[in-house]
Amino acid sequence: MTDYALIGLLLVVAAIFPLIAMFFGFILRPRKPAPIKKSTYECGLETIGETWVRFRVQYYIYALIFVIFDVETVFLYPWAVAYNQLDLFALVEMFIFLMILLGGLLYAWRKGVLEWV
Amino acid sequence: MEAIQGILEFIDQIFVKLSFWFSAQLANFLPDWGVTFIMMFATVLVLIVFGLASIIWINVFERKIIGRIQDRYGPNRFGPWGLLQCVADMIKLLTKEDVTPTKADRLIFNLAAVAPVIPTFMILAVLPFGRGMVAADLSIGYLYIVAVGCLGTIAIFMAGWSSRNKYALLGGMRTVAQMISYEIPMVLSVVGVLLLVGSLSMVSIVEAQGQWRLPFVVLQPLAFVLYFTAAVAEVNRSPFDLPEGESEIVAGYHTEYSGIKFAMFLLAEYINAFSICAIATTVFLGGWQGPILPSWAWFFIKTYFLYFVLIWMRGTLPRLRVDQLMNFSWKTLVPLALANLMLTALVAKLVPQYSHVGAIAFLVMNVVVIVCIALVKYPRWRRDRREVVLVPRTATPQVDSS
Repeated sequence: MTDYALIGLLLVVAAIFPLIAMFFGFILRPRKPAPIKKSTYECGLETIGETWVRFRVQYYIYALIFVIFDVETVFLYPWAVAYNQLDLFALVEMFIFLMILLGGLLYAWRKGVLEWV
Repeated sequence: MEAIQGILEFIDQIFVKLSFWFSAQLANFLPDWGVTFIMMFATVLVLIVFGLASIIWINVFERKIIGRIQDRYGPNRFGPWGLLQCVADMIKLLTKEDVTPTKADRLIFNLAAVAPVIPTFMILAVLPFGRGMVAADLSIGYLYIVAVGCLGTIAIFMAGWSSRNKYALLGGMRTVAQMISYEIPMVLSVVGVLLLVGSLSMVSIVEAQGQWRLPFVVLQPLAFVLYFTAAVAEVNRSPFDLPEGESEIVAGYHTEYSGIKFAMFLLAEYINAFSICAIATTVFLGGWQGPILPSWAWFFIKTYFLYFVLIWMRGTLPRLRVDQLMNFSWKTLVPLALANLMLTALVAKLVPQYSHVGAIAFLVMNVVVIVCIALVKYPRWRRDRREVVLVPRTATPQVDSS
């Protein structure tokens, strides 16, 4: 229990630390704002158009594959930890599970989803 | 002989003894819960101060070595041999004007500078720095590292999006795509080790390597290479530093940050690089185990050696292209990590644990896999390989200049 309390305390202190650093920065730094200085940086040119645009769908597909594999890993971790106590059936079962996922990866691969264009 | 061993034992346990002595001193005038709380607070402070202090010299170390690789001196002005360069940098960054673009989303822009530091410090809590020197020996140790480690992605995306700058946005999007792609092989490659250990606790992983009397890099060399490659990409280090590829997108997600907020990103990056080396040391290189020298010395020797390899890679390898980067993760690392996991599971069922036969079986398995990859990737029988013909250089025809 103390271990988790320590993690919680670390979270709080780690969050306070950058605030302290920023506070010192706030005290020490000069302040000379100017409209040009505060404009968006783009190598000396003015920004054209809106920055917050819609993204390519490619990113979402990667995100979807990521979610699938990440959930898979969540299943794999307990299996790996308990592996020494499990019998052969667990091995076969996990092989089938992995094969299905590998099949999914190969399908995505063949469909050209993994090509970055 | 006895005396020497006693001294070695004392040096090995010096930090543990120090903490016991400190808590005993506190117990004289404080109730139990007070002692627990103050010890916890002290541990947390030690971790954070350690993180900050290691930056001071890791930074100089890195710049010195990069300098040597690029045939120059590196920092050598401030302090003896330029060792205090990082302190000077910190003072400079603290006194720099802080520019927030008018168009930026101010709240998220400022929060994003706080966010990346938190997970980096939190990872330090479960690292076993030496025998008995772990701040919190969680039973879910490695899972905790994975869970906390991926929070950095959110911070980077917050920075990229809230800056309202096209370079920052591109950098942020790239970083997210890269980090989620490389997280899969990074997480999958360690499953083989967890399977051999039967526990997620970092301390048990180190102790299991003591029982095998071999570091896991011998049993799982492929997993080590996969882990290290993916981890380097995960912390956006060269040659996978596309998120901040200065030749394309200025500085990536932290283009608009200046002063102390920029320093926060820098800090997070260095501590992250240190922690992946420390995790690789713990999981694959036997952690604090080693002969003669105290355990914490072994831990730091191995970790800084890996850090040196990281710097070496940065100084040697060119940056990858975006499509190469994504393909490398999904088409090479992920299938390999899955294959490694399946074969490890198979071999682990066939051979007895903690035996030389087992170790040899794992090694043979890895060699077979690596040979298979080599055969598939570079087939000898493939005819369409471009023949390299060396044409002798002939003298260029003289052009009459008149």
